Amino acid sequence: MIQTLNHLPHPDEDGATLASHFTDLAPPLNARQAHLEASRCLYCYDAPCVNACPSEIDIPSFIRNIHTDNVQGAAQKILSANILGGSCARVCPTEILCQQACVRNHSEECAPVLIGLLQRYAIDNAHFEQHPFQRAAATGKRIAVVGAGPAGLSCAHRSALHGHDVVIFEAREKAGGLNEYGIAKYKLVDDFAQQELDFLLQIGGIEIRHGQRLGDNLSLSDLHQQFDAVFLGLGLAASKHLGLPHEDAPGLLAATDYIRELRQADDLSQLPLADRCIVLGAGNTAIDMAVQMARLGARDVNLVYRRGLADMGATGHEQDIAKANQVRLLTWAQPDTVLLDDQGQVRGMRFARTRLENGRLHTTGDTFELAADAIFKAIGQSFDEQALHDPLAQQLQRQGERIFVDAQLQTNIPGVYAGGDCVSLGQDLTVQAVQHGKLAAEAMHAQLMLTVEAA
Amino acid sequence: MADLSIVFAGIKAPNPFWLASAPPTDKAYNVVRAFEAGWGGVVWKTLGEDPAAVNVSSRYSAHFGANREVLGINNIELITDRSLEINLQEITQVKKDWPDRALIVSLMVPCVEESWKNILPRVEATGCDGIELNFGCPHGMPERGMGAAVGQVPEYVEQVTRWCKTYCSLPVIVKLTPNITDIRVAARAAYRGGADAVSLINTINSITSVDLERMVALPIVGTQSTHGGYCGSAVKPIALNMVAEIARDPQTQGLPICGIGGIGNWRDAAEFVALGCGAVQVCTAAMLHGFRIVDEMKDGLSRWMDSQGYNSLQDFSGRAVGNTTDWKYLDINYQVIAKIDQAACIGCGRCHIACEDTSHQAIASLKQADGTHVYQVIDDECVGCNLCQITCPVADCIEMVPMDTGKPFLNWTQDPRNPYREAM
Repeated sequence: MIQTLNHLPHPDEDGATLASHFTDLAPPLNARQAHLEASRCLYCYDAPCVNACPSEIDIPSFIRNIHTDNVQGAAQKILSANILGGSCARVCPTEILCQQACVRNHSEECAPVLIGLLQRYAIDNAHFEQHPFQRAAATGKRIAVVGAGPAGLSCAHRSALHGHDVVIFEAREKAGGLNEYGIAKYKLVDDFAQQELDFLLQIGGIEIRHGQRLGDNLSLSDLHQQFDAVFLGLGLAASKHLGLPHEDAPGLLAATDYIRELRQADDLSQLPLADRCIVLGAGNTAIDMAVQMARLGARDVNLVYRRGLADMGATGHEQDIAKANQVRLLTWAQPDTVLLDDQGQVRGMRFARTRLENGRLHTTGDTFELAADAIFKAIGQSFDEQALHDPLAQQLQRQGERIFVDAQLQTNIPGVYAGGDCVSLGQDLTVQAVQHGKLAAEAMHAQLMLTVEAA
Repeated sequence: MADLSIVFAGIKAPNPFWLASAPPTDKAYNVVRAFEAGWGGVVWKTLGEDPAAVNVSSRYSAHFGANREVLGINNIELITDRSLEINLQEITQVKKDWPDRALIVSLMVPCVEESWKNILPRVEATGCDGIELNFGCPHGMPERGMGAAVGQVPEYVEQVTRWCKTYCSLPVIVKLTPNITDIRVAARAAYRGGADAVSLINTINSITSVDLERMVALPIVGTQSTHGGYCGSAVKPIALNMVAEIARDPQTQGLPICGIGGIGNWRDAAEFVALGCGAVQVCTAAMLHGFRIVDEMKDGLSRWMDSQGYNSLQDFSGRAVGNTTDWKYLDINYQVIAKIDQAACIGCGRCHIACEDTSHQAIASLKQADGTHVYQVIDDECVGCNLCQITCPVADCIEMVPMDTGKPFLNWTQDPRNPYREAM
C-alpha cells in the first residue's frame, strides 16, 4: 500500500467504525432547513457573494429558486456557471468566499446565509431526466484536454457544449483530479467525484483516455499538431521537498500520497496508522492530513508550522476543525533534523524555534524534539517538471514556478491554453480551476469560430 | 397601569379585546376558555333559525408569507351548525357565570320581519349584553339571501336594523361587509336604522391559492372549491381605511365603531383605536396561536398607554382621524428626501435597484476599491416616495427627512397649477 509506512500498525477499530468517522463533516440541509435558510437571503442586487465567487454563480437567483420550490431551476442556474457546482458546494472554503461577502455578516445581522449548503441542497435534490445542457451543432473542431481534474473537466464540458469534440488525457486510473484523490474524505463522501463525473460526461462528445502522462507517453508537440486547441490542466503533481537529509527514510512522506490512499481505500482498517505523527505545513492539506490521521485513531497528532496561526493558509474554519479533532497546532518552529531509529526508520523530528526579526524569519537557536512514527509533508505542491520537456512544452513561458497565461487563459503558444493550479492566475481552489476551465473553453471557442468564419 | 376597561355602545367590558363571531366563539367550551384567558368580551358565533346550518369539509385555506407565516386565512364555514336552543342555553349560563365580560350574540336570519321578531326576544332572554347583526358573511349565506346579500343593500341594512331596535331593547351593533364600493353608504344606512354601533370589517371575498396538480382552488371540497371570506393581518390595511372613512364621515358622526380585521397584537389594536374605534375584535390571531395572546395584547397596550400618558382608551380614541383627509387637502409643498445611514447599511443594493428600475434613479451605486458598493441618495432626483425605505431590510437604516423648502402650506385646491382650483 504505502510502502514507506509498511512498518506501522493498522488502526484498532474495525472498518465500519472507522468509516463512521469519515462521514459528512457538514451534513446536508433537509427541505425545511433549506427553505428556512433560503428565506434569509436578501436577494441583493450586484450581490457581494456573486462578486466573491470565483465561478460567478448567480447566488441570489438560485437561492430564490430554492425558496420558490424550483430546485431544478436552482441547480441548472448553478451548473450553468459551474458544472462542478456539487463538489464546489462541498469543498469550497465558503468562509473566505461567498459567505464572507454575505451582507448578513454585518454587525446588525445574525450570520451569513449558508450558501454552500444551499448550493449542495439544490444540486443533490435536482433530478434531471436528461442532461440539463444540450450540445450545439457539431463544429468539427477537436480539443485536447490534459488532466481530468476540475479545470480539465470544466473545460471539456464547456467545449463539448459548444459543439467541439474533446479528448481528455489523464495519467491516473480515475478522473476527477483532487476531488477524487486529494480532498479530505469527510468533505466529499459517497464517491461523489465519480457521480459528478458521470453527470458531466452525459453531455456527450467527451472521451477520456487514461494512463496518458504528458512527458511520458504524451507530448505537447503531438497534441498541438493533432488537435485544433489544447488545454493544460496539469495541476501541481509534485510535493515540495524539505531539503533535509533522510528525506526518503521510511516514515516520511507527502501528505497527498497518504490522502490519496485513504480516499481510495475500501477498508480503512487496512491503512497504516501513525499513532504519534507530525504534519508539516499550514494549508488546508495539512489540516486534512492531521484530522484524518486523528480520526483513524492516532493519539498524538502535531501540526507544526514555522510561522504563526494568523499566517496559516488554512482558514479559521479549518483550524477549528483541527482543534475539534484534538490536533495540536504548534507554531514558530521549523524542521531541523529528521530523527531515525536503529532500523533507519523515522522516530521523530528536531525543530528549530523561529521568530520574526525585521519582517524576516529567523531561528532563535532553541530546538526541541517531537517523537513520531511518521512525518507527513504538506508544505506545498510544485510543478512536475517531467511533464513539459518536449521541444514545444519547453517554450511555455513561466511565471515563477507556474505556467504563464493571459486573462483568456492562453499561454504564450497560440492555441495552447492552461488553467487550474498549474497556472499563476488566481487562487489554488477547485472553484478557481473550474472557472479557468470554463473561461479557457470560451476563449478557445471564440478563437476557433473566428477561424471558421474567416475560412 | 392604564385602565383598559371600556363602555362601548352602552356595553361594559374589562378590556377592549373581544373575540369576533367565528369558530373560536362557537360554543360554551371555547368561550369559557377565552374568558379564563382574559378576553374582555366575545361575540358568540352567529345564530340562525333552525334547522341549523350544515358545514362542509375542508373549510380553511391560507395565504402564506416567505417563511410560512400566515398572512391571511380564507374560510368557507357557515354560521353555527348547532341548534338555536342549545346555543341560547349555553349563552345564558356563560353570561351568568361571567357577568363582568361583554357577551354579544351575532344573528343572521332571513330578511323578513317575522323572523327577526321571533328570534330577538329569545336572544334577549339569555341576559346577553347586545346583538351584532351579521350582514357581512360573504360565502354560502348570501346565496340564501342572508349575510353579505343584506349588507350590500343599504335599504335592507336600515330596515333590519330598525326591526331589531323595535323588537329588542339591547344595543344593536351592525357588522358591515367590505365587499362593497363605499363603506360609508352601509354605515349611514345602519345609522339611520338606529344602530348603536357598527363593527367592521367582515371577511373579504377571496381565493387564496390553487392546487396546481389537482387544478382546484383551496380549500378543496372533493374535487371542487368555492370562494371564501378572507381575514388575518393581510386585511388590516383595508379594514383601517374603512374604519377611517366612517370615523371621518360627518353623516355618521359619533357612531361607535368596533374595529375588526387583522388585529393580532396591541399595536394593531391601538391603531384601530387611534382611527376611531372604541373596541376591537380578534379572530385569526387567536385561531393561529390560541387565546393566550390576549395576555400580551393587554400588557403591551397598557404599557404603551402609560408611556404616552393615556389613562383610558378614550384619551386617544380617534386621535388620528383628524389627520386623515382627502388627497386634495395634502400639502403640495411638503418634501422629504431619503437619507441612508451608511453605518447601518449592509450593502445589499435593494434600494438602488428598486429606485433605478422602478422609481426615480435617485440612488447611486458607487463601487469601492474592495469590490463593495456604497449607496448614495442623489438629493435632486429624490421625490420622497419611501420605496427605498420600504425595500431596505434594515429598519431605520433609511430615514425620510423633511426638507425646509421655505414654501408655505399649499393644498391642491389652492395650487395655481390646478386648473380647477377653488377661488382664492
